[in-house]
Amino acid sequence: MEWLNIFVQGALLGGLYALFAIGLSLAFGIMRLVNIAHGDLIVLSAYVALMAVNATGMNPLVSIVVVVPVMFVLGYLLQRGLLNLTLSGGLLPPLLVTFGISVIIENLLLELVGADTYKLSAGSIETDSLHLGGGIAVGVYPLLVFATAALSIAGLQLLFYRTALGRAFRATSDDADTAELMGVDNRHLYAMAMAIAMIFTALAGVLMAIRTTFDPAAGPIRLIFAFEAVIIGGLGSLWGTLLGGMVLGIAQAVGAALSPTWQILAGHIAFLLILLVRPSGLFPRTRD
Amino acid sequence: MAEYRVERSTRESRGFALFLGVGLVALATLPYWGGAGDMRLVSEMAYYLALAQLWNLLAGYAGLVSVGQQAFVGLGGYTLFYLTSQFDVHPLVALALAAPLAAAFAFPMALAVFRLRGAYFAVGTWVFAETLQLAVSLITPLGAGSGMSLTPAIVRQISPDRTGREMIVYWISLGLVALVSAIVYLLLRSRHGLALTAIRDSEPASESLGVDTFRTKLMIYVVTAACTGLVGGFIFLQKLRLSPEAGFSVNDWTVVVIFMVVIGGIGTLEGPIVGMLIYFGLRELLADYGVWYLILLGVTAVAIMLKAQEGIWGLVARRFDLHLFSVRRHLTR
Repeated sequence: MEWLNIFVQGALLGGLYALFAIGLSLAFGIMRLVNIAHGDLIVLSAYVALMAVNATGMNPLVSIVVVVPVMFVLGYLLQRGLLNLTLSGGLLPPLLVTFGISVIIENLLLELVGADTYKLSAGSIETDSLHLGGGIAVGVYPLLVFATAALSIAGLQLLFYRTALGRAFRATSDDADTAELMGVDNRHLYAMAMAIAMIFTALAGVLMAIRTTFDPAAGPIRLIFAFEAVIIGGLGSLWGTLLGGMVLGIAQAVGAALSPTWQILAGHIAFLLILLVRPSGLFPRTRD
Repeated sequence: MAEYRVERSTRESRGFALFLGVGLVALATLPYWGGAGDMRLVSEMAYYLALAQLWNLLAGYAGLVSVGQQAFVGLGGYTLFYLTSQFDVHPLVALALAAPLAAAFAFPMALAVFRLRGAYFAVGTWVFAETLQLAVSLITPLGAGSGMSLTPAIVRQISPDRTGREMIVYWISLGLVALVSAIVYLLLRSRHGLALTAIRDSEPASESLGVDTFRTKLMIYVVTAACTGLVGGFIFLQKLRLSPEAGFSVNDWTVVVIFMVVIGGIGTLEGPIVGMLIYFGLRELLADYGVWYLILLGVTAVAIMLKAQEGIWGLVARRFDLHLFSVRRHLTR
């Protein structure tokens, strides 16, 4: 029973990792852009939530209505003003520009807000739990995070397959030049894709900030978790990403059960093993 | 029929080689007229230049953009500290052993991360470095999370007195940067250099002409790792103190190095030198303003990637048709 409990907690933690990963996966799926600054944008979202909470005293869960629009606009501007310029010139520009942005965000936060560690408090919901019988208890909050991840992915599937915007995304992902000939404005579409990716980045940032502590240097490890979830799940498959996040979460929970210092290491080892055995992930869809 | 011959050097490149030789000899005399602070700064510049040349070889020539080179810096450091403290190996012998050990790690690692392409390769190498850092911080004989120190008894093996030791360490740094630069230069002039240029321009085309792209890249990756391990060993021979965070620091051993190469000019041998000088110039200039120099470097690197991908040296080289390291072949009559 104890191990079953560990598996359940790990799988729920995987919901948070899937949320980390959705933005990364979207940007890659639609414009073949791997955003190295992704983790720092998650942490930036957490700081925006912190500012909203400090300014108004609202519950951090409510601050989502502030953080999401802010990050949406930032994502649009970032893609339209900067990242679009990097997409035509080979591998290095997008990689190194987002790498530069990552370092800029991290150090600006360090200079402007300081190196202190913060955590947001959402009240009793953090400690409430549901007893499922058989000695298994799940936290309400991890369950909420997991549900958010699953609903986000379901919503994205609807967007992709039921709306005109989604059709344009799929067309551009398949063949950007032909989509442009058919009247799609790729510059605007890419900016919209990044803006939508940032909705989930913002959600991930706020939900992370309630669950764990964060500081300006907390970005890279979030990028790595997101990346591990995407690769384990298989490139291009959003439901695969959720499962990838769960595999990562379970590996970490098992590691942590052996010894607290093993948590993150166990996740990395699971990732490297899957990379060796199944390099295209568990549920591959697109090939780059 | 006209006689053609292949020219491997130019007047500028021969002049520059002479200048480098004279410069190196001049720097080697620094201990006799400069202070200990000057020596530390020059040797820091030397090992950063070596790291920059290595990352440039990897990313600029072989197209392997690694964000995980700190793995080999840390491995080099730990090789030195472990062998000297546990097996009484002479520090300089242990330093030399850092290279083959880093290569031995790089080979299996390459088999995993070479399955990832482009930017995913970058993050994959980073994960590997993080894994090593976490693993090392669990191993008690390696000092676990708190790290290790080189005891006075060990460092006295290099030279019994402090001044002598500082001089030897300083000369090693010069020798190291000369060695690494020579390896990179000779590699690029060799047939592997030709293969790399072909891969850089078009991987499928070079493959169809008989270039074994996988083996070429693997070879470059392992050679770079070995040299990075050696430089890493040296860095911590100078620092005398090593912890998992310091040894496997992505900021110190990879981020800064990437900025140097990008700003100076990726894919040229002159670029890393220019970038290294700009980095140290900015760092000294903005020393009183926290991490603003890093922010400024980041902004500069982003601007260069957007506006002038060939970097500062690339602009100079194009404007004046100047190539100080001759890795090209010219056909002349």
